[in-house]
Amino acid sequence: MLKDITIGQFFPGDSPIHRLDPRTKIVLTTIYVVMLFAARNPLSLLVGVVFLVVVYPLSRLPMSLVLRSLRPIVPIVLLTAVLNMFFIDGEVKLVEWHFISISQRGVMMAVLMAVRIICLIAGTSLLTYTTSPITLTDGIERLFSPLKKIKVPVHEVAMMMTIALRFIPTLVEETDKIMSAQKARGADMESGGVMQRIRALVPILIPLFVSAFRRADDLALAMECRCYHGGEGRTRMRQMKLGAVDVWGSLLMALCFGGIIAANILGAGMVQL
Amino acid sequence: MEAIIQCRNLSFHYGGGEGEDKRPEVPVLRDLDFAVKQGEFVVVLGHNGSGKSTLAKHFNAILLPSGGTVYVGGLNTADEESLLQIRSHVGMVFQNPDNQIVATVVEEDVAFALENMGVEPLEIRRRVDDALRAVDMYDLRLHAPHQLSGGQKQRVAIAGIIAMRPDCIVLDEPTAMLDPRGRGEVLDTIRQMNRDFGMTIVLITHYMDEAARADRVVVIENGKILLDGAPGDVFSHVDLLKEVGLDVPQSTQLCHELMRAGYDLPRDVISTGQCIEEISRLVERVGK
Amino acid sequence: MPIIKTTGLSHTYSGGTVFEKAAIEDVDLHIERGEYVGVIGHTGSGKSTLVQHLNGLLKPTDGKVYIDGVDIWAEPKKIRDIRFQVGLVFQYPEYQLFEETVYRDIAFGPKNMGLSEDEVDKQVRQAAAFVGLRDRHMEKSPFELSGGQKRRVAIAGVIAMNPKVLILDEPTAGLDPRGRDKILGEIREYHQQQENTVLLVSHSMEDIARYATKVLVMNKSKVFLYDTVEAVFNHAAEIEQMGLAVPQITKICMGLAERGYPISPNTYTVEDAKRQLTEFLGGKGRGE
Repeated sequence: MLKDITIGQFFPGDSPIHRLDPRTKIVLTTIYVVMLFAARNPLSLLVGVVFLVVVYPLSRLPMSLVLRSLRPIVPIVLLTAVLNMFFIDGEVKLVEWHFISISQRGVMMAVLMAVRIICLIAGTSLLTYTTSPITLTDGIERLFSPLKKIKVPVHEVAMMMTIALRFIPTLVEETDKIMSAQKARGADMESGGVMQRIRALVPILIPLFVSAFRRADDLALAMECRCYHGGEGRTRMRQMKLGAVDVWGSLLMALCFGGIIAANILGAGMVQL
Repeated sequence: MEAIIQCRNLSFHYGGGEGEDKRPEVPVLRDLDFAVKQGEFVVVLGHNGSGKSTLAKHFNAILLPSGGTVYVGGLNTADEESLLQIRSHVGMVFQNPDNQIVATVVEEDVAFALENMGVEPLEIRRRVDDALRAVDMYDLRLHAPHQLSGGQKQRVAIAGIIAMRPDCIVLDEPTAMLDPRGRGEVLDTIRQMNRDFGMTIVLITHYMDEAARADRVVVIENGKILLDGAPGDVFSHVDLLKEVGLDVPQSTQLCHELMRAGYDLPRDVISTGQCIEEISRLVERVGK
Repeated sequence: MPIIKTTGLSHTYSGGTVFEKAAIEDVDLHIERGEYVGVIGHTGSGKSTLVQHLNGLLKPTDGKVYIDGVDIWAEPKKIRDIRFQVGLVFQYPEYQLFEETVYRDIAFGPKNMGLSEDEVDKQVRQAAAFVGLRDRHMEKSPFELSGGQKRRVAIAGVIAMNPKVLILDEPTAGLDPRGRDKILGEIREYHQQQENTVLLVSHSMEDIARYATKVLVMNKSKVFLYDTVEAVFNHAAEIEQMGLAVPQITKICMGLAERGYPISPNTYTVEDAKRQLTEFLGGKGRGE
């Protein structure tokens, strides 16, 4: 039941995007996000859109699944669009009715903002669709490892994230079991008002927490028995190597970046975001 | 032959402490002498509370003695400097299959110990593959732990230990939470480690059918060693074992009952085949 | 009227897709009041799924479930009431404890039934007595108790609801022989005193042979057999084929029968085997 929820929705595959080093993907995604906000006019945004149109097919992701995953953000996009439409003022008024006015500029902004948000979500989702949570964690750990020199606990945080990811499915399964056991004693999780439902969670949460603490104890002991002693002196079996793919990806992103800057300059006369 | 694990006058109690922190001492191990030789397959039998797990935890310095000494591969467990070395010599597998797996992918978990020890990456890869093959989990090396059965998870845990190339593996009730098939898988794997790779095995359990196939069985009761010998010898003390809350194989029970009724049978019958043989011989002797 | 009746009970996962899988298929059951039924089957045979249909935790995809003559899904909104009539104790039930005191945890079930404080108190104390919990345990936090005691508290929590049917899924999992004997003994006493119906899901044919009056054998999602212990052991060879472990004593007697001795291959207790052998051997061969 609950087991079917995966985090970040990873679709395994063997496309060029999948094969990019996770560090590259993280850096390039960050740059993309920054770029989207640096876009000043419709032309620049278009560059951002074109980039996605080029890159998505490269990832060989099943488009139907991707579109389905984007469905949850539709309300946010609509809300933003509506807010922009009603509250941005401009010279050319399209609709005026009592205190509600919609200007041409408002509509343009609504559309551009919507496009920006969609690109934002689509762009960052590409990262999580093509990178497994653990690879992502590894990538973040290696990217930030220079910070260890200034006493930032990079390894510890990464280890925590790994263990959390490892135990989420297990804890979900356990929650199922605890729920069944309490239901078998007549626990009622469906009826009642908010307060009653919250109280009904106690027989689930307490055993779950107790169990999680016990697991943590056991796991810590097992780790120590396998000579774990912190991040000092640790090697990794999986080596991350930058390859040709990473060079190409970076070049593509640089092109996009250049394109947006150029578009910003060229489109100085257009509607400004 | 050199003893890998050597306990002398080993005592252990919980509690104690001084002044405000003083708590009543609960003795768990009392003046034990115990040694494990290289290549042995030893089973430590005892009911819950007998001290068997506590004893096991002294073998890789999870617990330190309250009295006496424990030497592992010549190193004193009380010596803090030797800790990591001791733990790379004696690996430990625990009861709960889930709570030993750290990584999100099987092969990464098997690599965990080696990564901690700072082994060179290519060597890690080699040893991980070897270990996975040894426990017959190579095909599932890219699976996530929650997709595995209990028996498979324990085999992954064993692989993670084998990859360290320890002298000895201690398993603390590794099958207690498994179904019969998982138990069989794990026991076969353990026996294979001992037989094919000469690994010293110390298996803590309360299941007598697991003890039946060891080289040596040690029965612990109330923190002391009650019996120590070949399975046949130990199991022949049927009444004593029942007194301390342990099972005896039904074959041994049957022969014991027949002996009590006056028939002549050996005392150390354990396996099904052995039992059938001995009873057949009895029938021949009786002339039926 | 049987206390439990199912007709064509089936539960299919992912019906209509490529992944369709029947957890249980076409199960017809007639269990009479007062029986002590051992439920046995290989892992994945459907035992757990079946048992969760009996207290309405799972809804059939096909077929019906009748408890005491009533179709439990006739009024889906009242399905909770069934759980008070058919009490289900899951594996490792000690992991479900949550209340501040043992008393309050055991009282959780009866309270959910809407009983008065006095009635709740009576049932809690009665249930605690059945599992051997003393008054001094009642005000302690359940987390202060040992593993075996915690399990007792969990079982008491279900017994306290005074169900017409008590189902226990492997109540002896992870326990040592002494713990196992204690719990099974207490369940037997409970069954005899309450004169209700008990279902014991177990992997141990030895336990079932000792305590059950009837045995339900599940194989590959279907019912293979539902009959007395005797009758089921007449199929000992087939049961072994299914991957279930037949008691060692049965294997021994099968071997002896194969050699032509007049020993029943369907013997399932040591006492019975001894009796047959002493009869066969007569007075000969006894020690002078």
